[in-house]
Amino acid sequence: MFTGLVFLAVIIGSIIFHVWTPWWWTDIASNWSAMDDTIILSFWIGGGVFILVCLFMVYCIFRYQYKEGRRSEYKPEDKKLEKGLTWLTTIGVVALLAPGLVVWNNYIRVPDNAIQVEVMAWQWGWKYRLPGQDGKLGESNNRIISDDNPYGLNIDDPNGKDDVFVESNELHLLKDRPVKILLRSIDVLHNFYVPQFRSKMDAVPGTITYYWFEPNKNGEYEVLCAEYCGVAHYAMRGKVVVEDEVSYNKWLSEQETFSSFTAKNRNNKLNKKKLVKINNLSNNKNSILKEQDVR
Amino acid sequence: MSDELNINKKRNDQIKTKSSATSGRGETDIDYVRPAELPEQDLYHGHSFITKWIFCQDAKVIGVQYTLTAVFTGVVGLILSWMMRMQLGYPDLFPFLTAETYYQMVTMHGMIMVVYLLTALFLGGFGNYLIPLMVGARDMVFPYVNMISFWMFFVAVVVLMASFFVPGGPTGSGWTLYPPQAILEGTPGSGYGILLMLISLSLFVIGFTMGGLNYVITILQARTRGMSLMRMPLTIWGIFTATVLALLAFPALLVSSIMMTLDKVLETSFFMPTIIKAGEALSYDGGSPILFQHLFWFFGHPEVYIVALPAFGIVSDLISVHSRKNIFGYRMMVWAIVGIGALSFFVWAHHMYVSGMSPWFGFFFATTTLIIAVPTALKVYNWILTLWRGNIRINTVMLFCLGFIVTFVNGGITGIFLGNVAVDVPLSDTYFVIAHFHMVMGIAPLMVIFGAIYHWFPLVTGRFLDEKLGKWHFWITFLGAYSIYFPMHYLGFIGVPRRYFEMYDSPYMTSAVGMNEFISLAAFIVGAAQFIFFYNLVKSLRLGKPAGKNPWKANSLEWLTPDVPPTHGNWGEKLPVVHRWAYDYGVPGAKEDYIPQTTAPSEVKDAEVEKT
Repeated sequence: MFTGLVFLAVIIGSIIFHVWTPWWWTDIASNWSAMDDTIILSFWIGGGVFILVCLFMVYCIFRYQYKEGRRSEYKPEDKKLEKGLTWLTTIGVVALLAPGLVVWNNYIRVPDNAIQVEVMAWQWGWKYRLPGQDGKLGESNNRIISDDNPYGLNIDDPNGKDDVFVESNELHLLKDRPVKILLRSIDVLHNFYVPQFRSKMDAVPGTITYYWFEPNKNGEYEVLCAEYCGVAHYAMRGKVVVEDEVSYNKWLSEQETFSSFTAKNRNNKLNKKKLVKINNLSNNKNSILKEQDVR
Repeated sequence: MSDELNINKKRNDQIKTKSSATSGRGETDIDYVRPAELPEQDLYHGHSFITKWIFCQDAKVIGVQYTLTAVFTGVVGLILSWMMRMQLGYPDLFPFLTAETYYQMVTMHGMIMVVYLLTALFLGGFGNYLIPLMVGARDMVFPYVNMISFWMFFVAVVVLMASFFVPGGPTGSGWTLYPPQAILEGTPGSGYGILLMLISLSLFVIGFTMGGLNYVITILQARTRGMSLMRMPLTIWGIFTATVLALLAFPALLVSSIMMTLDKVLETSFFMPTIIKAGEALSYDGGSPILFQHLFWFFGHPEVYIVALPAFGIVSDLISVHSRKNIFGYRMMVWAIVGIGALSFFVWAHHMYVSGMSPWFGFFFATTTLIIAVPTALKVYNWILTLWRGNIRINTVMLFCLGFIVTFVNGGITGIFLGNVAVDVPLSDTYFVIAHFHMVMGIAPLMVIFGAIYHWFPLVTGRFLDEKLGKWHFWITFLGAYSIYFPMHYLGFIGVPRRYFEMYDSPYMTSAVGMNEFISLAAFIVGAAQFIFFYNLVKSLRLGKPAGKNPWKANSLEWLTPDVPPTHGNWGEKLPVVHRWAYDYGVPGAKEDYIPQTTAPSEVKDAEVEKT
């Protein structure tokens, strides 16, 4: 009796927790509401199965508790029941899988009008590169990264000349315009993740990965690294600002292009020594960490 | 030597006469069992303390050795989890918890619990103890290799534990050991720590392979007369299939360990592309970090089932015995175990949906992953249908089984979330994943382990564990663990990423602080409750109620040995002969509500047995 009641309480408690939880996802700020919908669908189907199975179990505990002298039913198999359950489960699984695959299909096909943005991850921070007027990013190669060429761009590639360097943790995006995030890493695995955008993908050194989304709500969002990348993983934060065209263009005009960077660099070559130093460590929480390391 | 030969000859003669006696008849004898084809195995009997208890060749002793060593590592893993929860619940309160130590604890906790506790306990512990007994063999077929298997495991554990004491400490690369970070500065323990981890894993695989071959061959070759494959208890089916998986999957771990060791020591570039550190390119070039992930998960996903399948098998037997009812749909259960085992080799990349592998893989692996849900769900149905119309003893063993069903269904369903590729995108690398796998492959198998220990302790020691302490142990563990991991899913919904030493003041994180504290408190309590269990073990070993023979009125062979606890060689003079499956409970017409596997049909003539 007691056992059945406690298990029943666990099931009811789980349902109550789910309905009244104050812990729920952040307000979505991208086009991926279909992902949220698939989760909700999974909750209905999966949650339903969980509740039914557990309730049936509780019923058995109440109904068939041990009684001296009673015999349990002897029925090794029930082909019809087993077949029925197999089909029912298969239908449930298909109902979950089908929408999932449709959403995934959208996720990996980038719309043609997407703006390309390169996210370059390093231990431990972010920087970005945007295509210039031509809308194309220049070719890159980690091997040729140097003080003069912090993104390792192919100097002979004309597409790269007007590329915009954003050497800061903060990236601005246009509202209602799809972005194709191209991920690079110069050292280890990272993952560019903004919970409000729902989407994510690893940055893998030696290759370029991608995903896309369309930000649809103005605001500032925190970027989290979602793939473990060493001791300061948790401090590898960045910022994305989604805004309207006017303020976006203003921000864009303040950034440096590859050619202006090279020109400036030629002038004061002495100022810059190591790649690490230009990554404005100071305004990042990493500085705290560095202290911790020293300690 | 000549004595032994003579004995063998005599046995062979006996076998011959027996077979001619039975084959001569025209009418079939209902008690007929195929005659033995091979003489019995000769065993080495230890004489000294060392050969009897330390370098012992008796699978039962080896099983206990495996169990004790695995439980020791489990206690270490438990303490590590406490320390992690101290940091997560009360950040900055404990000055000795730095980011380095935190990540080292995360890594060691994960690896210890998955490999050194669960795998070793299910296969090495339960496998060794139960296989020969349940199939009616005198011992494993290669007792000496079996002994070496344990000692390899022991050395692997020593090497693993040694890494706590080397300069730089143990590796802090996460239990998945993803390169490049695992072997680069910037990750704690990237020097000696990771090397010892890789060596320890290699030793584990070598040791396991020796044991694993033993389990498989014993089950295939050394079953007693009448023990057909489709009469084996599901425990054996689970352990058998899991062992086959392990023999196929562990080599992938071994090669990835070896390659990573080479990348670390000789600076080869199996997994290492061009890497820029402090503005300089390292000597690596052209390797693929994703290749490691494929190899790791080619091992890592079957590994989940290496833990789960024995748990499935064992829990089926426990539920059947304690609800006094045949397992529902035995044949379906067997095929589900085998099917899940086979499918588990085709789903590995569902751990890598957002790893940057070809996105087209997503379709394939999501489909295979959700297909595996079907046989798994069938197993769940069959467990609850076994309870249905049974005669359920609500004892500690059954409680743990019920706890298993709840946690396993819960964790299985969140698995469908994560396996469904598009749903995985927002949830991967968040606390949802942590909650999912702790529920399904942490708590659920542990429930089975505890249930199994309460069930078989009387066989191993001849005494019952204390029932009252057992119930306390169950309720605290089950309710506590459930309240740790159930709410944790919701942290994942918020978007809290895993492997974060500290969240700072992320705007959407503030609401999670209270929950983290609550989870930590629950974790401390659940951990402490395990010491009730340890106390129970020690106390009952000497003071427990004597169990006697077959105290649960079970059917399977391990309870039918002439001595309890069984002695070396298990069966005394004569090997048992099996006449039926292990699930004849509540057979109409039979006197008792159970018919042991050794009972000949002529002894229970009135029983209306459907399946044997």
